[in-house]
Amino acid sequence: MTVQVEAILRGERRAVARLLTSVENGREGVDETLAALFPHTGRAWVIGVTGSPGTGKSTLVNALTQAYRRQGHQVGILAVDPTSPFTGGAILGDRIRMRDLAGDVGVFIRSMATRGSLGGLSKATRDAARVLDAAGFDIILIETVGAGQNEVDIVRAAHTTLVVEAPGMGDEVQAIKAGILEIADVLVVNKADRPGAAQTVRALRTMLELGHPTRQAGMVGHHGRLMAVETQPTADNGMWLPPIVETVASDNQGMDVLITAIGQHRQFLSQGERRSALEQGQFSIEIQERLRDTLMERLLRQLPADALDGMTGRIQSREIDPQGAVETLLSQIIFTPLAP
Amino acid sequence: MTAVETIRVLIAKPGLDGHDRGAKVIARALRDAGMEVIYTGLRQTPEMIAEAALQEDVDVVGLSILSGAHMALVPRIREVMDQHDLRDVPLLVGGIIPDEDKAQLEAMGVRGIFGPGTNTHDIVTFIRQIAAAKQGD
Ligand code: B12
Ligand SMILES: Nc1nc2c(ncn2[C@@H]2O[C@H](COP(=O)(O)OP(=O)(O)OP(=O)(O)O)[C@@H](O)[C@H]2O)c(=O)[nH]1
Ligand SMILES: [Mg+2]
Repeated sequence: MTVQVEAILRGERRAVARLLTSVENGREGVDETLAALFPHTGRAWVIGVTGSPGTGKSTLVNALTQAYRRQGHQVGILAVDPTSPFTGGAILGDRIRMRDLAGDVGVFIRSMATRGSLGGLSKATRDAARVLDAAGFDIILIETVGAGQNEVDIVRAAHTTLVVEAPGMGDEVQAIKAGILEIADVLVVNKADRPGAAQTVRALRTMLELGHPTRQAGMVGHHGRLMAVETQPTADNGMWLPPIVETVASDNQGMDVLITAIGQHRQFLSQGERRSALEQGQFSIEIQERLRDTLMERLLRQLPADALDGMTGRIQSREIDPQGAVETLLSQIIFTPLAP
Repeated sequence: MTAVETIRVLIAKPGLDGHDRGAKVIARALRDAGMEVIYTGLRQTPEMIAEAALQEDVDVVGLSILSGAHMALVPRIREVMDQHDLRDVPLLVGGIIPDEDKAQLEAMGVRGIFGPGTNTHDIVTFIRQIAAAKQGD
């Protein structure tokens, strides 16, 4: 075992931070380190936090983390913000809302830019979560970029996905994007101190029932008077019914109920083969993505540097069509061995 | 030779200083130059700054101070960063820094000082240089 791997397993913060940078930059040797760490992963519960911009995701992570810390958990946080497609730069501002976590050695916060990925995470996010897992953080919170309806990669990385909504975003039903609603394991109506929270909850419940006629969304909390989560998976259809939890993240309200809801989802997944089926699906997608990326990278490396540019010229002059160009390029590659 | 890596910069406002225009201008300029800027907001303590620099593994820490408290804040921040094993992370300071304080700040380990009216291009160039030197080791 290398010194670096040992340092990560001991949870040494500088080593963790440096490895996260290596992961993001795909530095040489990082694959070996991740491979050595992999047997030590799989212990953490990974919670995704997604939702429209400004609904209070970072503030919620700040409040939820404090609540988990009171229960003795070690919390790792990955906060993803978008990379500018024009400049490649990014302003990562989620830490602004997480200042209450400063000075707590049971918490590790890392901001990440999407670096060209479109699904709400960056390519490195999954591996970054594994590094935190191996370092001993048993709760990992991943805040995605402020999401619309296409940024749903989080379901491929998380065990439990929280979709955060807030009142006062205009026409409630319009504001709630169907795509993102479908990925919710728990629906959080944050900013419950604001007028319109009850309408948002109602709109969400209606949408859930429309989307899944067999479902009855569980209600938790009403105007600050937060009640216990009542939703339970019904034995007959075995479906998880996403509960709706009202929170005031800026005032740390509703966190116990939220933790209960997350715990119940965890409980649900741990019954029978559910967790195994979820992880199998996630790994299956991950292998396909990695296979595609790795093949592409190695293929491109086998082509002469100017091969693509040469082809675009021939396509522009209508000498060859785009698919024909691809076939020609592929025919120039010797497929065995696609060595690293 | 390794590929050029994205430069990560922490921009922090220490102390009770509420002037945040300059910090935001710098953050945007660095983003537009292709860097990743971690902006942590106002009223950061030296401990918060050092902790964020460590967790975010930044190449450079930039402080924006217009309150006049730089002679008290900067040495303390440098000290806490050193305690966190961040000796190799360079410190820049911008804002209202009287000329007579500059030499002393530099003696405390500040690598660059940028006052009002500085062209952001010069700051970008300077950060690229010191980041390249750091990533080079
Ligand atoms: C606008 C302003 C305000 C605004 C601030 C709005 C805001 N959200 O930022 C308001 C009205 C709120 C304000 C309030 C006060 N202000 Co005022 N304010 C100014 C003023 C006129 C301009 C500052 C500014 O925004 N400049 C524009 C930005 C883009 O420039 P900049 O910050 O200097 O940044 C540039 C460089 O310095 C550098 N830079 C800055 N940060 C960084 C960081 C890094 C890493 C790098 C590389 C470079 C860099 O690059 C930038 C681009 O060139 C200055 C006077 C002046 N001309 O500077 C006084 C000034 C800063 N204020 C001053 C004072 C005293 C106050 C008050 C205490 C007044 C009072 N008695 O109430 C309060 C305190 C507020 C607080 N909570 O801290 C004094 C400070 C004196 C001192 N330091 O000794 C100044 C110098 C005025 C003066 N001559 O007396 N202020
Ligand atoms: N009234 C009220 N405001 C809140 C609450 N939670 C967060 N806010 C405020 O909402 C604003 C946005 O909060 P963030 O936590 O930054 O939201 P976000 O979803 O992380 O935003 P992005 O990361 O930019 O998508 C901030 O001004 C918060 O203070 C809440 O429960 N009630
Ligand atoms: Mg946020």
